[in-house]
Amino acid sequence: METLFFLIVAAIAVISSLLVITNKNPINSALSLIMTFFCLATLYVMLEAPFMAAIQVIVYAGAIMVLIVFVIMLLNIRSESGGRTAHARFMGVATGLLLLVLTGCLLAKSSLSTARGNIDSAMIAKVGHTELIGKSLFTDFLLPFELTSILLLAAIVGAVVLSKKKI
Amino acid sequence: MVSLHSYLILSAILFAIGTVGVLTRRNAIVIFMSVELMLNAVNLTFIAFSKYLGNLDGQIFVFFVMTVAAAEAAVGLALMIAFFKNRESIDTEDMNLMKW
Repeated sequence: METLFFLIVAAIAVISSLLVITNKNPINSALSLIMTFFCLATLYVMLEAPFMAAIQVIVYAGAIMVLIVFVIMLLNIRSESGGRTAHARFMGVATGLLLLVLTGCLLAKSSLSTARGNIDSAMIAKVGHTELIGKSLFTDFLLPFELTSILLLAAIVGAVVLSKKKI
Repeated sequence: MVSLHSYLILSAILFAIGTVGVLTRRNAIVIFMSVELMLNAVNLTFIAFSKYLGNLDGQIFVFFVMTVAAAEAAVGLALMIAFFKNRESIDTEDMNLMKW
């Protein structure tokens, strides 16, 4: 049952991500990308990471995609007049396929067995996923967390400077 | 129980699709969306490994990737608007200011 559900969600994710790169109209690409994000959020729930699924929907499908759709509509971008040349297109697809084959070979040869940590389903159910993430974030990863605030401040300043009249 | 390999293969497929999108499209916003797709493929890998190795560090990393993606979206889209004001286009073929 779980495998069937995974296959359905994975198929929807792959099809919608293919639509992202094949659609001529950027708005349709953005909507397909939102669909992909929702499929990934579903997979995160299956992987017992409900907090990650929530911020996937809130941050990605909410904030970032709203920004992208807003810019597409603000600039009133029409469909592309013509794609890249056939040569560039062929090279792009070839690179993608090569990447896929490479990863496939790597996965087929690897054995993914190593020392396990102490987080299991029972612990996540008992303590709660958000609490575990929060504890880890505010103890082991406190410095990166604080640095993130500087990064976001820099992004805000950058966005404001870039939207000045004369640039 | 879905195996770790299934998640990794799905993630590889999504990453490859994102790469093809970056290399074959001309619209800067679609290229940007393909980059987001690649970031999400990597996030899926992190969370799958995090579950199967019983360690939350991967999910913390996903948290930081999302933060960087949000900052990137804000600055990148501001750049695109600034470029559009000057050139009336966001086609990557028109981005040739530094070409000689």
